[in-house]
Amino acid sequence: MFTDKEARIVKKTLQNDFAALTMESPAIAPHCFPGQFLMVRVLPQQYPLLRRPLSIHDRIQSRLSLFFKITGEGTALLARKNEGDTVDILGPLGRGFTFDRNFKAKPVYVVGGGRGIAPLYFLAGELKKRRVHVRIFYGGKNSKELPLLAKMRSEGFNLDCSTEDGSYGIQGMVTDLLKKSFKSELPAFLYACGPEAMMKNVYILASEHGVSSEFSLESIMGCGIGACWGCVKRIRKDGIGTWVKICEDGPVFPGQDIIWEKND
Amino acid sequence: MIDLSIDLGFLKLKNPVLAASGTFGYGLEFAPYIDLNKLGGFVVKGLYFNAREGNPPPRLVETPAGLINAIGLQGIGVKKFTNEILPRLLEFRTALIINVCGDDEEEYARVAEHLDGRKGISALELNISCPNLKQDGRCPAMDPDSTYRVVKRVKNATSTPLITKLSPNVTDITAIAISAHEAGSHALSLVNTFLALAISLEDRKPKLGNVFGGLSGPCIKPLALRMVYQTSSRLDIPLIGIGGISSGRDALEFMVCGAKAVQVGTANFINPDATVAIIAEIEEFCRQEGISRVEDIVGTLKETVKKSRL
Repeated sequence: MFTDKEARIVKKTLQNDFAALTMESPAIAPHCFPGQFLMVRVLPQQYPLLRRPLSIHDRIQSRLSLFFKITGEGTALLARKNEGDTVDILGPLGRGFTFDRNFKAKPVYVVGGGRGIAPLYFLAGELKKRRVHVRIFYGGKNSKELPLLAKMRSEGFNLDCSTEDGSYGIQGMVTDLLKKSFKSELPAFLYACGPEAMMKNVYILASEHGVSSEFSLESIMGCGIGACWGCVKRIRKDGIGTWVKICEDGPVFPGQDIIWEKND
Repeated sequence: MIDLSIDLGFLKLKNPVLAASGTFGYGLEFAPYIDLNKLGGFVVKGLYFNAREGNPPPRLVETPAGLINAIGLQGIGVKKFTNEILPRLLEFRTALIINVCGDDEEEYARVAEHLDGRKGISALELNISCPNLKQDGRCPAMDPDSTYRVVKRVKNATSTPLITKLSPNVTDITAIAISAHEAGSHALSLVNTFLALAISLEDRKPKLGNVFGGLSGPCIKPLALRMVYQTSSRLDIPLIGIGGISSGRDALEFMVCGAKAVQVGTANFINPDATVAIIAEIEEFCRQEGISRVEDIVGTLKETVKKSRL
């Protein structure tokens, strides 16, 4: 892990409530793997105080991209930065997806919900480079919540989409797409990121079909480096459920290790 | 060459900057980012006798220039610490202070006994002031008698120097400070976090799993500074100032108000190298002001009010 107090923004795009920032960071970019994250200081002032944990969306040589939804003051301020501005970043942090696996020529499923697509794009790209047959399943509330759709289509990714209001793809949930697909083929592995309720349903479905999986979890974080114990999640370790730090032991965990929240 | 060293009487520090317990893990977490040998010292995360689960999440919420936490002292327990972590900390040439916790006086004493006489430990910091363990935020440091009893009991259990960490959630912190001093504490560290609440207006729910938490960060600095000054005005015991320190100037303000050393907490989260940067800033300030020995700045606040009013 490295610090880059002045990563220069070379490209910014805004789309509805989503922002993409590409930064030049030779110190950090070469060390990044899909599923890892950065701790991003929004402003040098004391408000907002804490860094924001944001997953790495892409990496091309010495450049890194972040892709995030504007959900609060921190992300709104970050999205206001312009090309030429600098950002103070720390990373890469955490354990990412384990993707150098032998998939035995079977397809691999990548399942995203809304802004959860951010780290999966990086993963799908790396899998594609390794000539893995990747299928992306992407769901959101409506077509506006599927922000990377056009980009992924133009890059030739195999995509199946769902929206809750039917404004794009099938009307329903991403699990409806998976249920249908599982009838004709079972993937070698499944990776997912999205809202907790969606990931839980995806896990249940995958495990019912004997499909191994990894999920990227999200949390508010204090430090991002394992010191504050603020970002814990119930995880099975040696068969026992304990509070495990998402920043250090995650954010990616095997599906069978996660103790999912009970539905309200 | 500016002399940054500080003599606490029972312990000599190479400079006045320590990393605060609960914000620095067990120290090793920061080794990839800073040279730990540069610190005056660090205080490891609070240790109970046994491993501890901590509170349910959410454990953190950010507020303007502040952070409310309710971690609940999740940790590995003192035995695992001495077996697995302590040997790895011995290579560092800096003061190592162990934050000691307990559900009752006996547990504080058991942890202290377990640590007694072990190589590499400079002092124990008695954590009698964590506000995140009981629903109403109560802790021994909210009462002079409870404070006296815990300090006295631990004092009898160990020969290691004791620093007692005080709570700001009291009417008169000097009354608690006097108790800790009379019970034999070698120094006081102040203050721990302020008992606080953050809620979600739309959901009508507390934002933390533990409901209440402890507020830290730059927003508490003026409150902490006032308490350090009140305490230094009444007691002659080494004080370690804590509360929202994020720059060399902040640290020096605490020293002017009577703290011989300081602890840096929340700032470690924002910049893992905060402690090292603060040390450099202290040195630079001394150079600019022509101060050759940083300890000379301790307790130099020019009074505009009489001490009797404090």
